[in-house]
Amino acid sequence: MSAGLVSLEDVSRLQVVSGKGGTGKTTVAAALALALATEGKRTLLVEVEGRQGIAQLFETEALPYEERKIAVAPGGGEVYALAIDPELALLDYLQMFYKLGGAGRALKKLGAIDFATTVAPGLRDVLLTGKACEAVRRKDRSGRFAYDYVVMDAPPTGRITRFLNVNDEVAGLAKIGPIHNQAQAVMRVLKSPETAVHLVTLLEEMPVQETADGIAELRAARLPVGRVIVNMVRPEVLDAADVELVRTVERSSVAQALSTAGLGGARRGGNAEKLVDPLLEQAAEYAERHALEQEQRAVLGALDLPQHELPLLAEGMDLAGLYELATELRKQGLS
Amino acid sequence: MSPDRAEAREAPEGRGTAGAQEAARRLSPARVLDIDPLLDDPKTRIVVCCGSGGVGKTTTAAALGLRAAERGRKVVVLTIDPAKRLAQSMAIDSLDNVPRKVKGTEGDGELHAMMLDMKRTFDEVVEAHADPDRAAAILSNPFYQSLSAGFAGTQEYMAMEKLGQLRAKDEWDLIVVDTPPSRSALDFLDAPKRLGSFLDGRLIRLLTAPAKLGGRAGMAFLNVGMSMMTGTLGKLLGGQLLKDVQTFVAAMDTTFGGFRTRADATYKLLQAPGTAFLVVAAPERDALREAAYFVERLAAEDMPLVGLVLNRVHDSGAGRLSAERALAAAENLEDARIVDQADGKAGLRNSPDTYGSSRPPASETAAAAPEEGSPADTERSVDRLTAGLLRLHAERMRLLSRERRTRDRFTARHPEVAVVEVPALPGDVHDLVGLRDIGHRLAAERPEHPEHPEHI
Repeated sequence: MSAGLVSLEDVSRLQVVSGKGGTGKTTVAAALALALATEGKRTLLVEVEGRQGIAQLFETEALPYEERKIAVAPGGGEVYALAIDPELALLDYLQMFYKLGGAGRALKKLGAIDFATTVAPGLRDVLLTGKACEAVRRKDRSGRFAYDYVVMDAPPTGRITRFLNVNDEVAGLAKIGPIHNQAQAVMRVLKSPETAVHLVTLLEEMPVQETADGIAELRAARLPVGRVIVNMVRPEVLDAADVELVRTVERSSVAQALSTAGLGGARRGGNAEKLVDPLLEQAAEYAERHALEQEQRAVLGALDLPQHELPLLAEGMDLAGLYELATELRKQGLS
Repeated sequence: MSPDRAEAREAPEGRGTAGAQEAARRLSPARVLDIDPLLDDPKTRIVVCCGSGGVGKTTTAAALGLRAAERGRKVVVLTIDPAKRLAQSMAIDSLDNVPRKVKGTEGDGELHAMMLDMKRTFDEVVEAHADPDRAAAILSNPFYQSLSAGFAGTQEYMAMEKLGQLRAKDEWDLIVVDTPPSRSALDFLDAPKRLGSFLDGRLIRLLTAPAKLGGRAGMAFLNVGMSMMTGTLGKLLGGQLLKDVQTFVAAMDTTFGGFRTRADATYKLLQAPGTAFLVVAAPERDALREAAYFVERLAAEDMPLVGLVLNRVHDSGAGRLSAERALAAAENLEDARIVDQADGKAGLRNSPDTYGSSRPPASETAAAAPEEGSPADTERSVDRLTAGLLRLHAERMRLLSRERRTRDRFTARHPEVAVVEVPALPGDVHDLVGLRDIGHRLAAERPEHPEHPEHI
């Protein structure tokens, strides 16, 4: 845990959370949004992949294309959520710039909207990142930012650089025009210190490798890399001395100890004795996994980024667990 | 799903190994997926592994391929995005987009493997169907370049295209295909249709043939719509992009029989009787929710699902010792130790046969001279270790019950889906030995664990 405490002023206003599939990036994004919402702050959690992962996590019905309050954080902060739908974002956009309300439907019928949002390379991403950046920039009448922080549950590590680097994607195609301008404006926000891209990983080889590759790509594209968040970290149950002892310990003395603890007879065939082999086998598996995890920690350590660890929740992920993780993030100074 | 195929996978009788029966018992009421008959059946020509990201899809596909090969079939595995070391283990880490024979397999069969290069596959499609000049024009078109490398559905489309190519060659008995790590597990079904219908569709025809349409009487309204639209798209995207799209589609359209036709052919191939879908998941809420969704979708599309592979399932050889009892016992040991240290009595052990046992009181040696290896010291560290073992066990039992709950929720919703559980491994797999081991586990061939009767 290399991160020191960071004051709130230093925290980027757009927090992008990516990670390999299965690492729990949606969970971490949601916990981060909660953590940032304490002390009366207001955060917006945005989803860009149409999976409705946020709604499932917060145990609410599917989110519409509309900013909606989904949680209250300790101390009176509020978390809003928005599932960005690229089609609706485009129609919004057309309405805003061209007053194309009704014509939008005609465009949709002809397949133009579908084309623009799913086939035209990069355009979809400009619409998604554009909407998030708009929320970052939006101010209310008093000139105060509408949201103190915007947290984005972004596409996975393998696609994150391409997704955020909309300028490069679009530049080759749309050299002029509003999409081009929009892409430029989005890139100004994304490459500024206002943005931080965090990567969620597990202490396993594949996700760690993908994290290292993702960071290299983000850095090459000069996108601001934030932190590495190691998720679902299992507790250290056996220390180094215990692990060493697992290999040499007398089976009979473990049987004796189990018996002492009240688990039956220590003699051959006794209940305690029968537990010895499976328990030692589990310990050997633990030791093997623990060694692998240490290797992966070393790889992550070499990335030279602030690193955080979130515990595996024994009861599985639910709303209470989400608050637990948010508290943990705050404790670790991430928000 | 096709009911008769599913019938064939009814829980094994007679031929089942002890491991399979073990799995059957653990899994009742759900049906057990028997992998070997599926892989051995000469009528099985394609196995598609699908599921959400991070559940071990690629490893499962590779392990199935190896197992089928070692059982005598000529197999090709098409992987999309394998982990480096897995790719190296099959020597497919070089990207040349053609299957390579994997060395070191056992038995009479053959294993070939390849990693999909989507841009190359797209280029090959163009090159195969256009004359050289036209192909060159397409390949250098900026819109094509973005489309072939960047479009979110291209990977899915090209995976299916490659599958179609491999099948058409008819060089292999069995093709095992991994599906792309999509944002949604369903993308590989939708993307080809979406891209196909776009490239072959009304919009593109409007875009590419404005003059022709405009010239026809009675089509004036379309012309209005069209110019408004090309105007809007032009404004949005910039005129150059639109022109690129137009020239690209014009070049594509005349050279081969339409993308939709190809997409349709692949889609039909997936519905064909020789195809078997396996949904891969891990016993976690999100992965299984996605799996359930996938099962429903495959049924709606008449895609032949044969079952669910549930990876990384935990088990315990000491399943009869509950988490609660293990923790209580660990506390017993730890309390005793604290008492040992606090007042020098070995007492407060709650097991009568060791109460006031022959062990020497710990304090004398501990307090006076805490030497390494003294009997009391050893005893304490064994107690400490044993408490650790019990805590580890409690953690395992909680994980186990959580996994079972999650799995039961899935089987309650989809009792018709046959399931095979693959036990979790402590480490990652990156050689043929590891893949073979997974194969054994997939086929439920594993040393039987001790029984788990009710808690003691």
